[in-house]
Amino acid sequence: MIEIKDLHKSYKMGSNSLHVLKGINFSVKEGELVAIMGSSGSGKSTLLNILGMLDELDEGSYDLDGVPIKNLNETKAAQYRNKFLGFVFQSFNLINYKSAMENVALPLYYQKVGRKERQEKALKYLEQVGLKEWATHLPNELSGGQKQRVAIARAMAAEPKVLLADEPTGALDSKTSYEVMDLIQKINDQGNTILLVTHEPDIADMCKRIVHLKDGVIIEDKKVEQVRASQYV
Amino acid sequence: MFSRDNWKEIFETIQKNKLRTFLSGFTVALGILIFVVLFGFGNGLKNTFSKFFEDDAQNIITLFPGQTSKPYKGYKSGRRIEFDNSDLEDIKTNFPIFLEYITPRISRNGLVKYKNESNNYSTRAVAPSHQIAEKTIIMKGRYLNTRDIKEKSKTAVIGRLVEKDLFGAKNAMGKYIDISGSAFKVIGVYQDEGGDDEERRIYIPYTTRQLIEKNTDKVDQIIVAFRPELGYAGALALDKGITEFIKNKKFINPNDQNGLYVRNVAEGLKNTQQMAFVLQMIVGFVAIGTIIAGIIGISNIMVFVVKERTKELGIRKALGATPKAVIGTILLESVFITTVFGFIGMIIGIAILNSMGDKLKDRFITDPYIDMPIAIGATVLLIIFGAIAGYIPAKRAARIKPIVALRDE
Repeated sequence: MIEIKDLHKSYKMGSNSLHVLKGINFSVKEGELVAIMGSSGSGKSTLLNILGMLDELDEGSYDLDGVPIKNLNETKAAQYRNKFLGFVFQSFNLINYKSAMENVALPLYYQKVGRKERQEKALKYLEQVGLKEWATHLPNELSGGQKQRVAIARAMAAEPKVLLADEPTGALDSKTSYEVMDLIQKINDQGNTILLVTHEPDIADMCKRIVHLKDGVIIEDKKVEQVRASQYV
Repeated sequence: MFSRDNWKEIFETIQKNKLRTFLSGFTVALGILIFVVLFGFGNGLKNTFSKFFEDDAQNIITLFPGQTSKPYKGYKSGRRIEFDNSDLEDIKTNFPIFLEYITPRISRNGLVKYKNESNNYSTRAVAPSHQIAEKTIIMKGRYLNTRDIKEKSKTAVIGRLVEKDLFGAKNAMGKYIDISGSAFKVIGVYQDEGGDDEERRIYIPYTTRQLIEKNTDKVDQIIVAFRPELGYAGALALDKGITEFIKNKKFINPNDQNGLYVRNVAEGLKNTQQMAFVLQMIVGFVAIGTIIAGIIGISNIMVFVVKERTKELGIRKALGATPKAVIGTILLESVFITTVFGFIGMIIGIAILNSMGDKLKDRFITDPYIDMPIAIGATVLLIIFGAIAGYIPAKRAARIKPIVALRDE
């Protein structure tokens, strides 16, 4: 599904340039649930942003579902993001003046799906995350866990090939974190490919594979026995 | 870009961001409103000034005899100048191409009686063309004609208010009135837009007046109407020509300012029009300033709106919004708001102008109005600049990488 070869990325900070990713080789197969771990500054978020086409790579190659992701203009990148990827952010990033359902329906709007169908699909995904009754509520009427579940529903609504989650539990307490992880595991159980960035070991242990990043290189890439989050809920 | 779905999205955004909508809408509406009202007032000012001159014909030069203040060619100073019938003929023969018509005027005040009613009125002895010069409107009967002049007939055309004073509700036509001891037959009743005074006058043939006054051939004033196609420059040339001619004929020192007075309506009119024009320029300048202020206002708001929405736009981009879609969202919203509020402001402004009418007449503003093309043009201008003002920050926002936009708090 994801194929990365010799990936380099550096940021210009004034006259200095900061070499963040120093040759990453990495691949993800369909149906995997991968945790990318590392301390802050290790380059894990940069890697996720490049995977998410939110940022561009400097060197190396990146294939997503057999499509080379290279020299994309903004329009093309937007279309690929819409088609291939779903995002879940630490700070939820819901649009605050739109109801839960409208937020979930938004990626479908950019896929030019009709209004009626959009609403039906949005409701379906809200139901999956257990928030059907909250469909008409605005984000500020929801708890943090609920917001993140809406965000996950939104990411899933476009039926992406890969779900990318950047510290999805970073702003949540541990109980809510486990609830969200339980949801992510269930989505993974349905066969969806998920990558998530975290620095919390217990969250990483709930994935099937852990990739450890340090100073811009992968120092460890291991399969783990998945801890089911449902037992904590 | 203009599908129903897009509009729904925009309406929802507008509905849910009332403050933002109100702010930008208010700026636009106020800008247009002030523009329309100011511009309308400028026109009202111009109306007032042109009304001052509408009462009389505007291609008129009036000659008044004076008293010389300088000796000339053996004549002492202090000599009183008088016009007579030969002056009329001489002007006619010497300036034929300039002249439209010429009429003398001899004004006398006197008691006018009909049966038991009497009053003092000013009687003007004139030629038929005086009707054009004074813009006298005949209500009943006729004005003086050339036959009246030739036959020195005792006929009179009386003002509407003279008839009202002397005859009450009765008809004055064909009746005889006593003007300072002579009986005159009323052959016409007139009205005049110059106000009550102008409608309390009596016109009689100037030859009749001369006959009554011991068969003299003197006239008080000479009114010369030039061909309007001469324009302002032609009027000034004629003015100068006649002045020279009369001064020469009457042996008045060319440098004597007091022997002959000439009033040229064209000159006064030009001055007044120039002043009205300058005033309108000032008002127009302020109005354009208002529009520019409106444009700057809407630009500021658009920059603010885009700034405020940076994060939202980042989210939208992460979810698959293309740069075109991002620009479209902002632009359509801005154009929609400026259009709706622009026209609201315009309509309110026009309504204010229409309700004004004569209410500000004391402040020299009569019937303020604005031409629709100007009002619509200004509104459209604001819409276009609102769109441009929205486009620039929108384009920048569309170019921001979603990752940067998302970091924006």
